[in-house]
Amino acid sequence: MVNVIWAAMALVGIFYAMLNGTMDKVNEAIFESANEAVTLSIGLISVLVFWLGIMKIAEEAGILSILARLFRPIVVRLFPDIPKDHPAIGYILSNFTANIFGLGNAATPMGIKAMEQMKQLSGDDTASRSMITFLALNTSSLTLIPTTVIAIRMQYNSVSPTEIVGATILATLVSSLSAIVIDRIFHYKSKWRT
Amino acid sequence: MELITTVSAWLIPCFIAIVLVTATFKKVPSYELFVEGGKEGVKMAFSLLPFLVGMIVSISILRSSGALEAFIQLISPLLTMVGIPPDIIPLALVRPISGTAALGMTTELIDTHGPDSFIGRLASTMQGSTDTTLYILTIYFGAIGIKKMRYALKVGLLADLIGIIASIVIVSILFG
Repeated sequence: MVNVIWAAMALVGIFYAMLNGTMDKVNEAIFESANEAVTLSIGLISVLVFWLGIMKIAEEAGILSILARLFRPIVVRLFPDIPKDHPAIGYILSNFTANIFGLGNAATPMGIKAMEQMKQLSGDDTASRSMITFLALNTSSLTLIPTTVIAIRMQYNSVSPTEIVGATILATLVSSLSAIVIDRIFHYKSKWRT
Repeated sequence: MELITTVSAWLIPCFIAIVLVTATFKKVPSYELFVEGGKEGVKMAFSLLPFLVGMIVSISILRSSGALEAFIQLISPLLTMVGIPPDIIPLALVRPISGTAALGMTTELIDTHGPDSFIGRLASTMQGSTDTTLYILTIYFGAIGIKKMRYALKVGLLADLIGIIASIVIVSILFG
């Protein structure tokens, strides 16, 4: 699926450029965006090193398992495949917490760690049920306080920059709940088929 | 607003303080563990690099050729008929594909229509209540080497669609 989408995006762009004379722009974009992507990955190093370092201490000091124990009833229901008290649950919770407060750059390293732990549980290169549930929740955005958006609104002299927080929370709730439901539907559908 | 800013500013330093106090109290070698964990971060960033280059280049070819814009114009009349404001359509379509492009569009919409207009509020809500599905999939599955994604992309994109529809409905009711 991703292979097809990836190739299709590039091919549609190139063929469209052939017919519409925008080839010079495409040519320029290829190298500029490759450069951008490298800058982005290099920029991720600082965040990844810092947070994975801190989280390693948190793991060894037992903070992650305390977190996992506190929220076990909810998380066990969302991720029935993960054993109780498994470190994956601690990382999943840290990722959710960071997301809720709009700390995107702290959320990513913890999310990757959570995925890594889930991979150790499943042990192959196929996405497991809990991985997809975790991704679905992340892509639906768990942000309750959209700090970036509020900052932009302040910049453009909004009378009330935070007035959209209520609407954002409602929309996030709807999209996250539907992500869970859709994920469940697909999971049971794939189970019936086999 | 001030409370929210204060909470966000305090959150990370306080979390770090709690971790360090607990580690010291439990006699866990905090500095050595930090370095050990950090090394993983370096490896991870480099293993992500090819995934990001591949995805971002492909998206930028589609955008720079003008094909994406043409597609948006093609389906705009259809979406306008179901009550989606035409100005918001490009943002709604780009949001799951490219985070930077979406943020740029949100800023532009707020700039042209004003932050307190209907479109400005809708763009703000949409930006905040959905996330860049393709980027998250690329990073998370790329970092741990997942090859078969199964139904992950479908679930992500469907959730985006519902999030966008929800934003339009909720903003219409609250501010309409």
